[in-house]
Amino acid sequence: MPTIDPEAVVGSRITNQSLSRWLHSLPGVDKVGLEARTASLGTRSIKTASKAWALDMAIQMMDLTTLEGADTKERVRSLCLKAITPDPTDLTTPQPAAICVYGDMVKHAKEALGKNKIHVAAVATAFPSGRASLPVKIADTKDAVNAGADEIDMVIDRGAFLSGNYLEVYKQILAVKAACLRKDGTRAHLKVILETGELETYDNIRRASYLAMLAGPDFIKTSTGKVSVNATLPITLLMLQAVKDWFDQTKIQIGVKPAGGIRTAKDAIKYLVVVKETAGEKWLTPKYFRFGASSLLNDVLMQRQKLTTGHYSGRDYVSVD
Amino acid sequence: MRLEVKKTYKLFIGGKFPRSESGRVYIVNNHKGVFLANVAKASRKDVRDSVVVARSAQSSWAGATPYNRGQILYRIAEMLEGRREQFVAEIRELTGKSEKQANQEVDSAIDSWVWHAGWTDKIDAVAGNMNPVAGPFFNISTNQPTGVVAAFAPQDTSLVGLVNTIAPAIVSGNSVIAISSETLPICAVTLAEVLETSDLPGGVVNILTGNASELGSWLASHLDVNAIDLEGTSNAAELEMLAAENLKRVIRKGSYSRNGAQGSLQHILDLMETKTVWHPKGH
Repeated sequence: MPTIDPEAVVGSRITNQSLSRWLHSLPGVDKVGLEARTASLGTRSIKTASKAWALDMAIQMMDLTTLEGADTKERVRSLCLKAITPDPTDLTTPQPAAICVYGDMVKHAKEALGKNKIHVAAVATAFPSGRASLPVKIADTKDAVNAGADEIDMVIDRGAFLSGNYLEVYKQILAVKAACLRKDGTRAHLKVILETGELETYDNIRRASYLAMLAGPDFIKTSTGKVSVNATLPITLLMLQAVKDWFDQTKIQIGVKPAGGIRTAKDAIKYLVVVKETAGEKWLTPKYFRFGASSLLNDVLMQRQKLTTGHYSGRDYVSVD
Repeated sequence: MRLEVKKTYKLFIGGKFPRSESGRVYIVNNHKGVFLANVAKASRKDVRDSVVVARSAQSSWAGATPYNRGQILYRIAEMLEGRREQFVAEIRELTGKSEKQANQEVDSAIDSWVWHAGWTDKIDAVAGNMNPVAGPFFNISTNQPTGVVAAFAPQDTSLVGLVNTIAPAIVSGNSVIAISSETLPICAVTLAEVLETSDLPGGVVNILTGNASELGSWLASHLDVNAIDLEGTSNAAELEMLAAENLKRVIRKGSYSRNGAQGSLQHILDLMETKTVWHPKGH
């Protein structure tokens, strides 16, 4: 895997000042243009054969999520069983990419999934607020990795980012990335949550994307799903542009994961159109694009049933979450 | 001289008045065959959207107290009374009825709402039961709304037939997707405006104008629709077969008169399910 020299990218030794200069030299985001572009991509008509492909791809890209304070071992277990057999009436239905849970649920998820290829992703670093000291965040991460998590979803310190302390944010990502190393030398995949709903402006989202990418994660992710504004199409398009430009510049391909608020198959297909038209087909794979969602799967399954049976399905025909 | 403002007749879905997703309209003529208006022609996707909103509106409508549902149904009668002249004019224009006949039809429609409003809190008193059982149990049967109802209004009346199709469904807490008469749809859109201003939660009643044969099979085969009223359809047998495949409640064509100022309790009960509860006695 190619690596980058952060100092070469930033153009000098990494200090808060140099990071600040680098991030603020990024071109500003054309808000009107961005939203108009997203709106026009969202109206595209998708015909039946493409829709069937898109629905299956959406399932394979899904990180089936349960992140509630009221989560139990049993709830996680039933979610895992749903991931293994999403639609018992149609065994050709593909499986989602991962189950996304809190760190303490990783061992239960691992147990329920057994030898299945479905990954277990754990949110870590004092999710969702990220308000804890670095040693606690690292311990949180290591705990999940040791329990067998295949992927770690970390949150950045938005307070530090918004007050211009970019170096702190950068160092924390590096530290958590190091904590993702397993004893056998392999590393759990790292997704960095920017929590775009708290970053206020598109310019900030672009800067946060670049800052995160400089630390070399596997994915950048929009949101925790725990604030009022979650993933939106324009934000996802903006982040896809960032990873595409980053790839052109460094040859390192980073994935994007929108999360929160994506509930219908129709929405999911709009995201796939945006992926194809912004980053390109290289990103149209679960390796580089994921949906963080909980209720989306049932809607996709109902649309899938509509395509196979020819009549509309209903909620009584998919499992209750 | 001023320019006449022509009305755009639209669908009624989820408490809003959207155009058809398909963008289609069809021409409605008055009783003399002269162009009257362009009316939205609902498509399969409008059906799909209506079922989604009807489903999400249904549980809270069923959860409202029967007394509250009764008040809202009575409110519909009040609002309809206030627009009597508009309905009379529309019925006369569409069907060629005399003023007296048109007034009678509007009277029947208003009275039917009042009749149904009275039933909301009495259905269980009349049709529920304490069953005698051979054991130490209370055994009680009550009636529950069946869920989402697709209902085809009769083709030969514009207002009273539609009212007598919608009211028996919503009185018990169902939500409904009503397909109006294809040739006489103007009153249906005006009725939608009445419903929209009557405290009825959005999505409980959805009214589509268009071709019943085109929409019928989508509703009959839809797995998220619990009952279907085939009154205004021309291919009832075919739809009944489709509905049988997913165990829908079916009201056959011609089962109930839709022209009167009163409905039928049996019609209301046809769109309900019996729930029986066993409760141990003496503990």
